[in-house]
Amino acid sequence: MSLDPPPLCRSPRWTQKLFDTPLNSLLSVVFLMAIVPGITAVLIWATTQAQWSVLAANVKLFLVGRYPVEWLWRLRIAVALLALVGGMAWGSVQRPQQPWQPLRNRSFLIGVAVAVGIAVMPMVLVAKLSLMLPILLVLLGDGLGRNLPLLRWLPLLGVVSGASLLWLIRGGLGLQQVATANWGGLLLTLFTAAVSLVLSFPLGVLLAFGRQSSLPVLRLTSTIYIEVLRGLPLIGVLFMALVMLPLLLPPDWTRPDPLIAATLGLAMTAAAYLAEVVRGGLQAIPRGQLEAARALGLHPVLTIALVLLPQALRLVLPALAGEAITLFKTTTLLSVFGFMELLGISSSVLANPDFIGRHAEVYLFIGAIYWAFCYLISRVSQSLENRLLDSR
Amino acid sequence: MLKKVTHLLRCKISRSSPLVAGAIVMLSGVMSCAAANQQQTSTAPSSPIRQLDRVKQRGQLICGTSGKVPGFSFVDPQGQYSGLDVDICRAVAVAVLNDSNKVEFRQLGATQRFTSIQTGSIDVISQMVTVTISRQAAVGVAFGPIVLYDGQGIMVKQRSGITDLASLSGKSICVQTGSTTELNLADQFRKRNIPYQPVVFESRDATFTAYEQGRCDAVTTDRSGLVAQRSKLANPTEHVIFADVLSKEPLAPGVKGGDHQWHSILTWTVNALIQAEEYGITSQNVDQIAASSQDPDVRRFLGVEGNIGDGLGLSHDFARRVIKQVGNYAEIYDRNLGADSPLQIERGPNQLWTKGGLLYSPPFR
Amino acid sequence: MLIRILFNRLPLLRDVRFWPIAGQAGLVLLLVGVGTLLGRNLTQNLHQAGIPIGFDFLSAPASFAIGEYLIPYSPSDSIAQALLVGLANTLRVTIIGIIFATLVGFMIGIARLSANPLLHQAATLYIEICRNTPLLLQLLFWYFVGFAQLPHIETQPSAIAGSYITNRGIAIPWFTLTSGSVTWLLLLSLGLLAGIGLRRFRQGDRPQWWVATIAIAILLAAVLTQTGPLAIDLPRISDTNQLEGGLQFSPEFTSLLVGLTLFIGSFIAEIVRAGIQSVPQGQWEAAQALGLKSPIALLTVIVPQALPAIVPPLTNQYLNLLKGTSLAIAIGYPDLYFVANTTFNRAGRAVETMLILIITYLSTNLSISLLMNAFNRSLQIHDR
Repeated sequence: MSLDPPPLCRSPRWTQKLFDTPLNSLLSVVFLMAIVPGITAVLIWATTQAQWSVLAANVKLFLVGRYPVEWLWRLRIAVALLALVGGMAWGSVQRPQQPWQPLRNRSFLIGVAVAVGIAVMPMVLVAKLSLMLPILLVLLGDGLGRNLPLLRWLPLLGVVSGASLLWLIRGGLGLQQVATANWGGLLLTLFTAAVSLVLSFPLGVLLAFGRQSSLPVLRLTSTIYIEVLRGLPLIGVLFMALVMLPLLLPPDWTRPDPLIAATLGLAMTAAAYLAEVVRGGLQAIPRGQLEAARALGLHPVLTIALVLLPQALRLVLPALAGEAITLFKTTTLLSVFGFMELLGISSSVLANPDFIGRHAEVYLFIGAIYWAFCYLISRVSQSLENRLLDSR
Repeated sequence: MLKKVTHLLRCKISRSSPLVAGAIVMLSGVMSCAAANQQQTSTAPSSPIRQLDRVKQRGQLICGTSGKVPGFSFVDPQGQYSGLDVDICRAVAVAVLNDSNKVEFRQLGATQRFTSIQTGSIDVISQMVTVTISRQAAVGVAFGPIVLYDGQGIMVKQRSGITDLASLSGKSICVQTGSTTELNLADQFRKRNIPYQPVVFESRDATFTAYEQGRCDAVTTDRSGLVAQRSKLANPTEHVIFADVLSKEPLAPGVKGGDHQWHSILTWTVNALIQAEEYGITSQNVDQIAASSQDPDVRRFLGVEGNIGDGLGLSHDFARRVIKQVGNYAEIYDRNLGADSPLQIERGPNQLWTKGGLLYSPPFR
Repeated sequence: MLIRILFNRLPLLRDVRFWPIAGQAGLVLLLVGVGTLLGRNLTQNLHQAGIPIGFDFLSAPASFAIGEYLIPYSPSDSIAQALLVGLANTLRVTIIGIIFATLVGFMIGIARLSANPLLHQAATLYIEICRNTPLLLQLLFWYFVGFAQLPHIETQPSAIAGSYITNRGIAIPWFTLTSGSVTWLLLLSLGLLAGIGLRRFRQGDRPQWWVATIAIAILLAAVLTQTGPLAIDLPRISDTNQLEGGLQFSPEFTSLLVGLTLFIGSFIAEIVRAGIQSVPQGQWEAAQALGLKSPIALLTVIVPQALPAIVPPLTNQYLNLLKGTSLAIAIGYPDLYFVANTTFNRAGRAVETMLILIITYLSTNLSISLLMNAFNRSLQIHDR
């Protein structure tokens, strides 16, 4: 095997590199011989044997589970809101650097192209609109974010839109309630992942500082918490949250909704992992920063909030994104406990007599969904990282 | 002195307001929690909150069920539940809340069904649970009347040529964990000294998928469950169920032990379904019979006279409402498992005692 | 300290030393308070449901069967024994998984740095796919899609290199003991000992006497026993369509192993790549200047220097692998968590079983960490 002295030069004419040395040629040939039949077999399977109708017939189940059909419009509004706010957040982060020149922006053009593509595809009008609208709203939000001074208002915007999303999905306050038992599919996956991520963040930061603290009791408590939760398999933590938590509540209290219990379990575990990441960032901050803050007479709390934390988080942004991806993937464990999230609903679809034995199609499909979201998270974090590095 | 302290405190607060404010919020939270707890516990020992009040207050019955087995508990893509287990839940919901739709079904895996009932996360479990002494004594489930007398069966593929237990020697058998069938299987094969390879799964779907894909030579569960699952396989006619019955599997709904009233409600709601069949009262004719019957037993049963439900904390006509909305036992059986269902399972021992079966309701008196 | 504070002339609340102590005392009180409250609730709840507390249930007969076991087990054994069987199964898949995942990780990590674009792209694709999809989904895929595609055992598939790969599992040729195995072992160790002794006393002698003693031992053993040291056991498919003989791997075990290996391997690959890239460029150039070919330079110069950067994150991945084995429950492999889960149902003792689980997982974690830390230290001493 030949190895680049990394990572300097990689010749653009890569076909030549396949056969530049005898060893490399051998490697390439063997590899091609192994991989070409494999790819053809998969392609033949995908085009002739696979029955993709299982996906089309159950698309509603995969997306929202058994969410009542008459309230689907609420979810559509929620998606639109999410798209708009997400676009605005994205745009305002980019703002000071890149003035809005839509025709020069590649992502904008791709977005428009996809939207146009959907518009001309042969689909039901509702499906077409519900795919097209979010894309256009992301683009609109992006434009707004780049042109208006929104950055300061982002936290408020986040809180308000988070609350309204919850309200739209769950109901109450004038809207018909939808029991959590009826939430499912991608909706439930995204909901649990997002809520547990948001909940785990403050706890994780507290634990990170706790473990760094000079106070022995605080340090010991944080360390034990972090090490125990990191040492246990998540499935065990979820079991405890779902089964033991009710046992720990006073006998007369009503039992918590299982979804809440499970989300708490996820968040508590994620917090332990997050704490270690944040601690890594804290340790990487030069001591001079702390000393400078002290010299200025800054209160310890403000030192943490204004000096240490922002720098630490910036340093560990890729690792944080990694934790978010892990959390997103581990929501699949909820299916073991009877929740109808993306994996759970797919096993329920596979148990339907009409779709027996369609495991490959379904698993590939939901695998692609998981992959797309993980990819999205890592791309956003990369671009945010570049942005932060630039602004330094 | 006091002035000085307050002054100091104020200085402290003004200088480190976020910290102190946070501390105060936390402290007051803890204190109010403690106070709330105090309130709760002060009333607790004398009269624990009864499950009935809790359900009424919630306005919804939480019922644990499998959601995976046609005829017993099956949820269609639209989210509609149907089946024998489901109808038992609906009957209890009618008795308590007078609405068969005020039930929240929770799908429970095999491992969660008992822990959920132990912890009070669900009000009723109706999930093909076999009544056993250890479940009553060690796990703490209080069972209602038996709603289905079943037995454990074994299903194999027809072309495998396996016909009885002895020819299963050395073969692999798929079984779901946490079931009595898992334990019976071990016992029965040990008794007969037949070696076998158990392949155990946590979920029912996985168990039957593995069987269908050829991982196992046989699969085992309750016989009616096998019939139901067979209907879900790709080619139901290619699978045969042994004539041998491995064990008694009396299936019953259950509640958490320790709440006598709630257990009685479950017991007598189920009894009412059986008694109604004995009286010949159906959802169609219940109103008519209530209006016209002169039989004091029937009149008492339907709440036209007397107050049979009062002792349970229910209305005196609870049986009538249950039958009106859910039907009697025969109606429930026929539409889910029997003649009016695709499964076409004979009633066998699940006939009334008057017809030579085992169903027998104590008198409503 | 406390006394100094109390008798200090400074007002108590303004003393910087007061607040940390008060805060910590408050924290201790809070923790103890919450702990006792939860403990009381737990006992009350268990009492109400009529569930006893205690570990006596461990000696009760388990009465459920377990599909595969390394240590002897039958349903009449105790629950404790069943849990041990589960632990052994967990350790089995963990240890083999660690070995395979490390191999896969190193190979893919190096392939990602390869100059061969095919190899490089394929490695990148593999890493992208395996890292960004859930482990549970991958396990289900291997079990319900992967194994279902293998030839069905009823079709009596023919052996490939003496091994069978069927939907009922994989069987490879393996060794069995013969009647002469003990004699062989005795004579061989005698020969080895004699060889070591000779070498010690007659250092520098040629011919190598130890070769001769071992050869004599082999000859003696062959003559005495008339059999080989080990016999090769070829697997076969019986008339009743069961795999027999050889070393067998059940579909559950194999799926779990393949899934964990590929998943954890993809993370290890990234760690290895980063580690290799952290080695200064000059080391490559120096190796090339010495005329080392790049595979040799890689193995003898670069990887040893990259190891100190690789080992700590590698340990984390090993721990993830251990924790990942608990997903076996979804595909029916009787690991520790699965067996514990069965006992919840059997005995209804969730609290105690969970406690056992926590202690077992934490101590296994700790042993892996300690081993890897020792390895890491040995690397550093070697390095300096």
